[in-house]
Amino acid sequence: MIDTFTNTVLFVMLVLTALAIVRMERLFAVVMLSSVFSLLSALLFVTLDAVDVAFTEAAVGAGISTVLMLGTIALTKPEAKRPRHTAFVPLIVVCVTGAALVYGTLDMPAFGSPDAPAQTHVGPDYLSRTPIDIDVPNAVTAILGSYRGFDTLGETAVVFTAGIGVLLLLSGLRRRREDEDEEI
Amino acid sequence: MINTMPHFIFLIALILLFIAMILVLIRLYKGPTLYDRVLSTNSFGTHTVLFIGVLGFLSDRPDFLDIALLYALINFVATIAILKFFRYRAIGDVLIKRELKK
Repeated sequence: MIDTFTNTVLFVMLVLTALAIVRMERLFAVVMLSSVFSLLSALLFVTLDAVDVAFTEAAVGAGISTVLMLGTIALTKPEAKRPRHTAFVPLIVVCVTGAALVYGTLDMPAFGSPDAPAQTHVGPDYLSRTPIDIDVPNAVTAILGSYRGFDTLGETAVVFTAGIGVLLLLSGLRRRREDEDEEI
Repeated sequence: MINTMPHFIFLIALILLFIAMILVLIRLYKGPTLYDRVLSTNSFGTHTVLFIGVLGFLSDRPDFLDIALLYALINFVATIAILKFFRYRAIGDVLIKRELKK
């Protein structure tokens, strides 16, 4: 009962924050609101017992991306441009996508249901094999680092590529700015 | 779940925390100056830390407390970054150098 109450209040605050983000014109306030949005979704993850996901969400959403967006505002303008076309078609696309996602969840087992496939054979199998196969006390670490090692390697490669791309873009920007300064 | 006195007290603390969060959100949305918004964001981060603590005690798992401490650190770093942005109008070093030349 308390879980339902907490989830409801958090979701109401999340939706209100999202609406405020859409309606706000000053981009600085939008950055602040999106940081709060990320903290609220982190709290929702905590109530769902996904503490590690919640921490990633808070560190990336409220920490790093706030700093990055403020840096972007420093390089561009602090006011939002008024859109020239109506929001009708995007609204329809968003509604259809949302309806498809909700329809997709209908077949899924309920949250924490003991009949879910993950609870019936996948989870117990990993839990029983981890001490013999890998001898690591933390089952999550064993799955991420060994059973799904190639998956983690791919993720690391993607993040590494993204980091190199951002570094290249930023170094080009800095060189151009220095050229501009010399012209002045 | 609610059968002991501490649980009842923690539940009341949770409800009051929610009210405080909503008040902070209102200030964040209406806040006339930017400093109101920075202050309310920082204060919402503090409420997050408190909420995780209260939720941990309410569900009899106070191990969440050290995670709540990490949230306090993130909140601190974010606030420092925002205030640095206010002071210099830039996060990196490029724009600062430019302003010094002027």
